[in-house]
Amino acid sequence: MALFILRRIAVMILTALCLTFIVFFLTNLYPNLEKLAKTQGNFRMSDGEVESYLAKNGYLQPVGVKYGQWLGVLPGYVIEDSAGVTRGRCIGPDISPQDAPRRCGVLQGDWGYSTVFKKDVFEIIGDKLALTGKLMFWVMLLMVPSALILGVLAGMREGSRTDRALSTVAITTTATPEYVSGVLFIAVFASTAVGLKWFKGTATSAMNDATFENFFLPVLTIALYGMGYIARMTRASMAEVMTAQYIRTARLKGVNFYNIVVKHALRNALIAPFTVIMLQFPWLLNGVVIVETLFNYKGFGWTLVQAAGNNDIELLLGVSVISVIVVLVTQLISDIGYIYLNPRISVS
Amino acid sequence: MKEGKIAPLKWEIRMAKDAYDGPILEISNLSISFFTRLREIPAVMDFSVSVQPGEAVGLVGESGCGKSTVALGVMQDLGVNGRVVSGSVRFKGRDLAEMSAEDLRDIRGNEIAMIYQEPMASLNPAMRIGKQLIEVPMIHEGISESDAWARALDVVNDVKLPDPERILKSYPHQLSGGQQQRIVIAMALMSKPSLLILDEPTTALDVTVEAAVVDLVKDLGKKYGTSMLFISHNLGLVLETCDRICVMYSGEAVETGSIKDVFDKMQHPYTQALFRSIPLPGANKNNRPLKAIPGNFPLPHERPDGCNFGPRCDYFQAGQCDGTSIPMAPIDGDDRHFTRCLRYRDIDWHAPIAASAETAATNPGKVILKVDALKKYYEVAANALFGGSAGTRVVKANETLSFEARESETLAIVGESGCGKSTFAKVLMGLETATEGAILLDGHNIEQTSIERRGTQTVADVQMVFQNPFDTLNPSMTVGRQIMRALEIFGVGKTEQERRDEMMRLLDLVKLPREFGDRMPRQLSGGQKQRVGIARAFAGGARIVVADEPVSALDVSVQAAVTDLLMEIQRKQKTTLLFISHDLSIVRYLSDRVMVMYLGHVVELGTTDQVFAPPYHPYTEALLSAVPIADTSIEKKHIVLEGDVPSAMNPPPGCPFQTRCRWKSEVPDGLCEKQVPPLRDLAPGHQIKCHLAQEKLEQMEAVIKVAAE
Repeated sequence: MALFILRRIAVMILTALCLTFIVFFLTNLYPNLEKLAKTQGNFRMSDGEVESYLAKNGYLQPVGVKYGQWLGVLPGYVIEDSAGVTRGRCIGPDISPQDAPRRCGVLQGDWGYSTVFKKDVFEIIGDKLALTGKLMFWVMLLMVPSALILGVLAGMREGSRTDRALSTVAITTTATPEYVSGVLFIAVFASTAVGLKWFKGTATSAMNDATFENFFLPVLTIALYGMGYIARMTRASMAEVMTAQYIRTARLKGVNFYNIVVKHALRNALIAPFTVIMLQFPWLLNGVVIVETLFNYKGFGWTLVQAAGNNDIELLLGVSVISVIVVLVTQLISDIGYIYLNPRISVS
Repeated sequence: MKEGKIAPLKWEIRMAKDAYDGPILEISNLSISFFTRLREIPAVMDFSVSVQPGEAVGLVGESGCGKSTVALGVMQDLGVNGRVVSGSVRFKGRDLAEMSAEDLRDIRGNEIAMIYQEPMASLNPAMRIGKQLIEVPMIHEGISESDAWARALDVVNDVKLPDPERILKSYPHQLSGGQQQRIVIAMALMSKPSLLILDEPTTALDVTVEAAVVDLVKDLGKKYGTSMLFISHNLGLVLETCDRICVMYSGEAVETGSIKDVFDKMQHPYTQALFRSIPLPGANKNNRPLKAIPGNFPLPHERPDGCNFGPRCDYFQAGQCDGTSIPMAPIDGDDRHFTRCLRYRDIDWHAPIAASAETAATNPGKVILKVDALKKYYEVAANALFGGSAGTRVVKANETLSFEARESETLAIVGESGCGKSTFAKVLMGLETATEGAILLDGHNIEQTSIERRGTQTVADVQMVFQNPFDTLNPSMTVGRQIMRALEIFGVGKTEQERRDEMMRLLDLVKLPREFGDRMPRQLSGGQKQRVGIARAFAGGARIVVADEPVSALDVSVQAAVTDLLMEIQRKQKTTLLFISHDLSIVRYLSDRVMVMYLGHVVELGTTDQVFAPPYHPYTEALLSAVPIADTSIEKKHIVLEGDVPSAMNPPPGCPFQTRCRWKSEVPDGLCEKQVPPLRDLAPGHQIKCHLAQEKLEQMEAVIKVAAE
């Protein structure tokens, strides 16, 4: 088991390197850098000035070298410009060239400086991730149990009235994208259009003090969409398990219906949806982009939008690193959980 | 106070369980139908049978005859579409149809328990064995978990499983098929039921394992005094296990009676036809061929008026048999012996079988296929799913196979699952390449040439008839098109028209009507599909045909017809037939020579007479003893093999069979455990791989004896 996890972690690191390199390469394309130079300097810079700005700040080194520096495995660049000022990747306003460390990159905890928020990327991401984590936690808490209950109830008697009713609900919710349901919810529950002013249309205040009133709508918007999807999966899996021969065995052993469902069917029926639930984590990361923007909740997704809209390369890179890690870690957890749920798979 | 209320109830039920002394199960005039949107499909009609305490009743019939529906009817578990239309099922005098869901639950698993066909599918894969077992008494008797666990240990001991503690803590997939079936049996016995329903309990198992399981069921039936309803398609098995038998055909019981009456004095044409179509000792492809039942099993909604068996019956009389429905008639003088035939008094039951054409035995011609010291090893990762962290292991699927096959000869390859017979077929066909050794086809080596690299002629020469005709035809292509496609690949015929004519000729060859060429596979029955499979194999004029269990997926009444067809084509075309099977009865019937395999080794090779008569290889002896024979005049020596076939991944040292051999102690110095025995000649053409001394081999007695009249 330990060996399995170790191997999986090794593969994860490799994947993370590949993915971050792709993002790094794309964000460091020349037009991007040109734009960066112009926003940092001034918009009327000539091509020559842009070039010298970029050269001064180490942007014109080969991509591989830059990536290595960003990662922190290669020593950061040190450039002495015509005016005799020594500039370097690791040299900041309050660090003199003599004291500066040789390497400063992601591995050293130096994630760069956000040009939009004028703060350290690491700090921003930490704050925003906590906010989004809070949102996700409540989404999962609402989505997973309700989806499983819905799916199991629908699947345990396939074709019954309950099944058809619950399936209709599940299909409807999963067929409605968040930007539709979000707008609808705001219109119905938070605006004067309908008049039911039960909830608040913005979740900005929930960042510090989440209450049912200001937080329920964004949570519901994300949860509903995923819920329908998981419920459909659970239902299909449950319906299949209920026709299995070992369920007949249990029935003819005299086990009552409740225990058949709970003791015999449930664990087998959860194997397939479990993977889907774990796949929801990465999906949630992009789902929050829309919902956070819609409800003006300044979390991770909102930050991503800001970074991308303002060509904030370092922040964008930081966000992508975190996203990659979240995706890979949840998939590792999903594989380990799968082994636990399905005794036929053993890792020795 | 509450408990006080419940306790007497429990006690009453217990009393009822012990005190009742009428028939345990009484099914009278039961009719069950399934309702679809289109129509009502009657599955069981006017079915009556009763099971006395301690009695074992066999329910025999072909697939689709309604025998499993009867079992589910007894359990009152017919699903959403099934319904009892008329008649009643009484268990210990109580009508099951009138019971509430709760009362039914009390009876299920407690008083009536069921054993199923596929043990793996009937056990919950995500629940430990122990938990599945203790559930039964905990539900029905309300005993504590530790008491239930103790009882589970007892019962697992009773079903002769080693190390009960470990077994109870394992998951179903960690056990072998035979062990799983024993667990299913143990589960059924946990509450000491009065009635045990066994639905084809051994069909999925190997013969030697089947013999052990049947033995076990018989013993336990005696020990616990349980009545049994034994459902099977195998007449031999029923003979070995049951006191009474009920033969079903197309939803109806056609004959019931004691084993002796029905087997020796049958009074229904279907029963007679059934016995004549199964290969019993004495039947022989040349001078006493099997007699197939003509025609096909009627579909439930296409049953004829009057007697269902009428259209296929030799004694059919228009006007009499196709009129009204036919009641069961008692046979005078026999104990509870009934038949559903109007003409049973008119039929001369002792008339000899109408003389069928005798054919001269064919003489084997020149050697076509020569296999020399063939070895096939597989390397498998120790852990296939998560990579080979612990290195690779070698599966020795075939160990030094050497034999020859001649023109127009039938060589049977016999052995249980995992013995390497299918691996050999794959190597021969070119689906795998050999690790070592040689396969010579007409003197050319083909063992290293995979099928893609073989010439058209070689591919056409070596063809295969597959086990499962249901999966081997493309469902979206007409039958004729599939045969023509094979012709195209084999380069037969220059134009489409020529191939079409050839296809028609092939359909004639396999005795299918020519209009079948335009039909889709789903419109064909299993036997007809297998004929198409045979036509396809012979399309390029195959000289070697590997028939991998060609009839084992078919119904008994169809098996004979397909077997005969194969024999007839072989005679015409002088084909070499490699007949792979685990069914020794059919092997004895049709093969010229037999090769017995065990764990990749050829343990015995000889002519059919040599192999089926002593001296045997100890494994052949056990195999012969394990095959159930549906003939009351046969006496069989009882040899039960302990345990399972060892894994080919981890074979025992020395002789592969030493772990289960009953003769092992006769060989001095523990030689069996040290050395693989050499292949030695006992008689010309008779080879055996055994350490037993000559005089010991000569002491062996025949396993199958025809009792003196």
